[in-house]
Amino acid sequence: MAKKIKLSINGIFVEVEHGTTILDAARQIGILIPTLCYHKDLCIAGNCRVCMVEVAGQKRLAAACATPCEEEMEIYTNSLNVLHSRKQIIELLLSEHNADCTSCFKNGNCELQKLSSDYKILKQDFIRLVPLQNYTIDKLSPSIIKDDSKCIRCQRCVRTCEELQGVNALTVAYKGDQMKITTFFEKPIHSVVCSTCGQCINHCPTGALVERNYIEKVWDAISDKTKHVIVQTAPAVRVGLGEELGFEPGKRVTGKMVAALKRLGFDAVMDTDFTADLTIMEEGTELLMRLKAALVDHDPEVKLPMATSCSPGWIKYIEHMYPEYLGHLSTCKSPQQMFGALAKTYYAKARNLDPETIVSVSIMPCTAKKFEANRPEMHDSGFRDVDYVLTTRELAIMIKQAGLDFLKMEDAHFDRLMGESTGAAVIFGATGGVMEAALRTAYELVTGRDVPFENLNITPVRGMEGIKEASLKIENPLEQWAFLDGVELKCAVAHGLVNAKKVMDSIRTGESNYHFIEIMACPGGCLGGGGQPIPTSPEIRRKRAEAIYAEDTGMTLRKSHQNPEVIKIYKDFLESPGGEKSHHLLHTHYTARERF
Amino acid sequence: MTESYQLKRADFIFKNENDWEEVMSKSFSRTPQELINELISSELKGRGGAGFPTGLKWKLTAEVVGDTKYVICNADEGEPGTFKDREILSMVPFKVLTSMAVCGYVIGAKEGYIYLRGEYFFLLPELNKAISEFEYYCKEINVDFTIRIFMGSGAYICGEETALFESMEGKRGEPRNKPPFPSDFGYLGKPTVINNVETLAHTYTIFKYGAKRFYDLGVQYSRGSKLFSVSGDTPKPGIYELELGMSLYDFVDEFGDGDTKAVQVGGASGFLVPRKRFQETAIGYQGKLVGISLPTGGSMMLFNSSRSMYNVLDNYLEFFREESCGQCTPCRVGCQQLLKGIKAVKRGEKKTQYLDKLLRLTDTMKLTAKCGLGQSVANSFSSIVENFREEMIY
Ligand SMILES: Cc1cc2nc3c(=O)[nH]c(=O)nc-3n(C[C@H](O)[C@H](O)[C@H](O)COP(=O)(O)O)c2cc1C
Ligand code: SF4
Ligand code: SF4
Ligand code: SF4
Ligand code: SF4
Ligand code: FES
Repeated sequence: MAKKIKLSINGIFVEVEHGTTILDAARQIGILIPTLCYHKDLCIAGNCRVCMVEVAGQKRLAAACATPCEEEMEIYTNSLNVLHSRKQIIELLLSEHNADCTSCFKNGNCELQKLSSDYKILKQDFIRLVPLQNYTIDKLSPSIIKDDSKCIRCQRCVRTCEELQGVNALTVAYKGDQMKITTFFEKPIHSVVCSTCGQCINHCPTGALVERNYIEKVWDAISDKTKHVIVQTAPAVRVGLGEELGFEPGKRVTGKMVAALKRLGFDAVMDTDFTADLTIMEEGTELLMRLKAALVDHDPEVKLPMATSCSPGWIKYIEHMYPEYLGHLSTCKSPQQMFGALAKTYYAKARNLDPETIVSVSIMPCTAKKFEANRPEMHDSGFRDVDYVLTTRELAIMIKQAGLDFLKMEDAHFDRLMGESTGAAVIFGATGGVMEAALRTAYELVTGRDVPFENLNITPVRGMEGIKEASLKIENPLEQWAFLDGVELKCAVAHGLVNAKKVMDSIRTGESNYHFIEIMACPGGCLGGGGQPIPTSPEIRRKRAEAIYAEDTGMTLRKSHQNPEVIKIYKDFLESPGGEKSHHLLHTHYTARERF
Repeated sequence: MTESYQLKRADFIFKNENDWEEVMSKSFSRTPQELINELISSELKGRGGAGFPTGLKWKLTAEVVGDTKYVICNADEGEPGTFKDREILSMVPFKVLTSMAVCGYVIGAKEGYIYLRGEYFFLLPELNKAISEFEYYCKEINVDFTIRIFMGSGAYICGEETALFESMEGKRGEPRNKPPFPSDFGYLGKPTVINNVETLAHTYTIFKYGAKRFYDLGVQYSRGSKLFSVSGDTPKPGIYELELGMSLYDFVDEFGDGDTKAVQVGGASGFLVPRKRFQETAIGYQGKLVGISLPTGGSMMLFNSSRSMYNVLDNYLEFFREESCGQCTPCRVGCQQLLKGIKAVKRGEKKTQYLDKLLRLTDTMKLTAKCGLGQSVANSFSSIVENFREEMIY
C-alpha cells in the first residue's frame, strides 16, 4: 500500500518511504543538513531552526527535521537564502551564548561549537545578550553541573528526561527572552526527583549539562606519594572508551585501557567485573532465599519480584517514585560499591596496607555512580568506600592529558586479587546482562546443569526491546532445591526508566507476576550510560552491545561462580554468600524520597 | 489600481440571534456537502489571523476519516486593544454555538470546545447558561453535540491554534510543527476545525441568508464584512462592522482626528501604513491586488503627528519579546536583538546602517520562525522602519 515518494534534493532525485523527513531523505543521498535540536533518540522538536531548507514554490523555508517529504518536492539545502538564514540563526544563538569555549568542559565535543566552526561566523555584530538576566549555574549535585549560560534551549534534555526516563525532572519555564530549562520550583537539581542518570548530559549538544568532574582530584591523589591509588573499571567502559580516543563505536579496548591506567600511575588496576561476579553470588543467593521463603515457608513478608540493585539511577528513581516497593530491591550494593568496601578491607589486609592511605577510584559509564559513592551509607569499610568516580569521558580526558597514544598502546592485564572476571560479569554492561548472568549461575546451582540455552546465551533477555520477558522452567533440581521442581521462573528486563515505570506499574496493578526483574536506568543498559562517550544513538548502542557479547564469548570462564578470585574471597574472607561479613560489607538499605 | 469601495457599515454580526433554532434545524436538514459548498461560494476567510478559507478548512477536515473529531472556537483574543470576540460572545452567543454544532455535523464531530481567554472569566455564567439551553435543544432535535469551555492561561501565544491544542492537552503552550495541520492532527491528535469566534458568527449569517448575501459585500478576494476594533488617536474608538475592501483613506476620513499620520492595521503583527499610502491601501486580505493590507484580528490603531513611531515600534517589540513562547531561535533571540538594536541605534551606539542588518534579520525571522508570531514581527518592524527611518535615528 505504502507508495514511495519521489523528490529531488539539490537536483538529485531520491525515492523515500512515506513519512520520511527531508533530513533523512537528504542523508540517504549523502547530503548532511546541520541540526541542533534533533536527536535520533528523541521526538522531533523543530525549535532550533538551523536545519532550514528551501522548498521550491513555498514562501517560507522548511525545517528539514520536522517536514515530511512530499511527492515531487524540489528541495535546496544550500541556496543563498538557506545559507544566509542559517548563518544568521547561528549568529543569534551565539549572541545569546556564553561562548567561552576555552574554559568549557565541552570544548572539542560541542555541536554549537562545531556549527560555528563550520560556518565561520567571523564577524559577530549582533549585540551581546550575555550575561543573561535569567540564568543559574547549579553545581550542587555530585553528578551534574547545569549551566544555563551555555544552554541553547533545544529542549533535548527535557525530552530525554521525559521520553527516555519518564522522570520529568527538567521542564521549560517562562516565555520569551526569559524562557529557560529548569526544575520544579527552580530547585537545584540534586534536590528534585532527578535520578542523576546523566542521560540529559549525553543528549545535550552543548556544555549546559555536564558531569561534575573529579579529574584534578584524581591527579592530585596519584601524585601524592603517601597514597595508594587503586582503580576499578566497569564492564561498559571497555566498549565505549575507544570512541573518545579514535576508534569506531563497537571497538573493545580492554587491554589498552588497562595499559593506559597503569601508565597514568594508578598503583593497582582492577576490575569492577570481579565484583559483578560477586554480585551474582550474593544476589543469586538472595533470590533463591526469597523463593524459598515464599514457596516453602509461605512467609507473607517476602517481597517478590526481587529487583536488581546495581543501577544507582534506578535506585534513586524507585526511592522517589515507588518508595513503597523498596523492599523489593535486592539488598546487594552495586558492584562499584562492593568493590569499594572490599578495597579498604580485604584488599588492604591482603596487601598489608593502611586503608586510610588507599584512594579508591572507579571508572564508570555512569553519572549516578558519582551520586552513589557519595551516599552517606557507603562507608562500610570504615572509610568512604569509593573516593572518586570518573566517567568514561573523564578517563579519556586524563589519557589525552597524559599524552598517551592510545591507538598504539600494548594490551595489559588487570592486577590480581580483584581483577579476575568471567563473561557473566562483562555482560552486566548490556541490558539483560545481569539477568543472564544470574540465571547462568542460579540455574546451575539449583540443578547442577547448565542453563538450557545454546552456548549459555540466554537470547530472550538480550537486545534493545524496552521490556523483555523470559521464563525458565526448573526441572529435576538437586535435592536441597526440590521445592523448586516444576517452578516456572518468570523474569523481566527493562532499560530506560520510562520502561522501568511500565514494569513497576504492571507490578502495582498485579498484571504481572514476575519473580525477578532486572532494571537499568539507561537505554541499552550501562553501555548507554550517562557517562559514556557522546554522541549516543540506537546504532552506537547496538555496536557497543555487540562488543560486550563478543567479549563474553571470547572468555574461557563465563559463569560467575567459576571466577577463581570469587571462590578465593569466600574461602579467605567472606565465608559464604549472604553470610555475616557479606551482609556487613556487600549489602545496603534504601531511603524513601520526596516526589518533586 | 486598487479596487476599493467607500467605507460602508454593515450590520450582520450583532443582529438578533433569536432565530438560531430555525437556522440550526434548517442547516441540519441539508447535507454536509451542501453546507460546505455554501461556505465555499461565500468565500469567507478566517477572521482570526491567517485568513484561511473557512469552507476549505471544513471540507478538508470532513474528508479525513476518523471516529473522533473536534470543533474548537478560538476565543483567546490576545491581541492588545481588541475585544470584538468578547462582544460577540456576550451579545450573540447562540450564533457561535449554532455554528459550532453545524460544523460538528459537517465534519463529523460530537464535541466542541470554546477556548476562552482567561481574562474573560466574567462571561462564564451567561455563556454556561446559553450552552445548557443550547444543548437541551440539541437533545430535543436529536443532535448529538456537546460544548465545553476551556479557560485559557493568559499567554498570547496560546491563541495560535497548535499552541492552543497543547495548552488544552495540559502541556506548555508551544506551537507545533506544521504539517501536520489541525485538519489531520489537532486537539489530542484528532482531526479538528478551529475557528475564530467571529468566523463562526459569519458562518451563521451565511447559513441563514445563503452565501450570496455575504459574497455581495466586499471586493474580490475579500468578501463580506468584518469587525474592526478602532483605537488610538480617534474621536470614536470602538467596534465597528465594516464592509471589506474600503480604502484606508476613507477609513481615516471617518475615524481620524484630522491629523492622522499613520494607521497600524492588524495590531502588533500587522502593518503600519503611513499617510502617503492611505489612498492606495485597501483593507482586506492579500490577493492579487497591490496595496491591500491584511486586517488579521481587525485592530485598527490610528496615530496622529504627536506620536513617536520609535515608541510605537519599541512597544510592539517589547510585546513580542515577552510574548514569544521562546522555543525557537529566530523569534526568541531575534526579538531581543531587534529591541536592543533599535535602542542602540537611537542612542548612537550603533551606526544607522545597523537598521539594515535588523531588516535582514526580520527577513530571516519571516523565513524561519516556527509560527505566525515570529514570522510576522517583520511586518510592523519593516513597515515602521522603512517609512519612518528618521524617527528611528533622531
Ligand atoms: C501568535 C498568534 C496568536 C493568535 N491568536 C489568536 C487569537 O487570539 N484568536 C484567534 O481566533 N486566532 C488567533 N490566532 C490565529 C489562529 O492560529 C488560527 O489561525 C485561527 O484561530 C483560525 O481561525 P480562523 O480560520 O477562523 O481565523 C493566532 C495566531 C498566532 C500566530
Ligand atoms: S557550550 Fe560549546 S560553544 Fe559554548 S562555550 Fe562550551 S564549547 Fe563553546
Ligand atoms: S540526570 Fe536523568 S533523571 Fe536527572 S534530569 Fe537528567 S535525564 Fe532526568
Ligand atoms: S541544557 Fe542542553 S539539552 Fe537542555 S536545552 Fe539546554 S542546550 Fe539543550
Ligand atoms: S515563532 Fe516565536 S512564538 Fe512561534 S514558536 Fe517560535 S518562539 Fe514560539
Ligand atoms: S534540527 Fe530541525 S529545527 Fe532543530
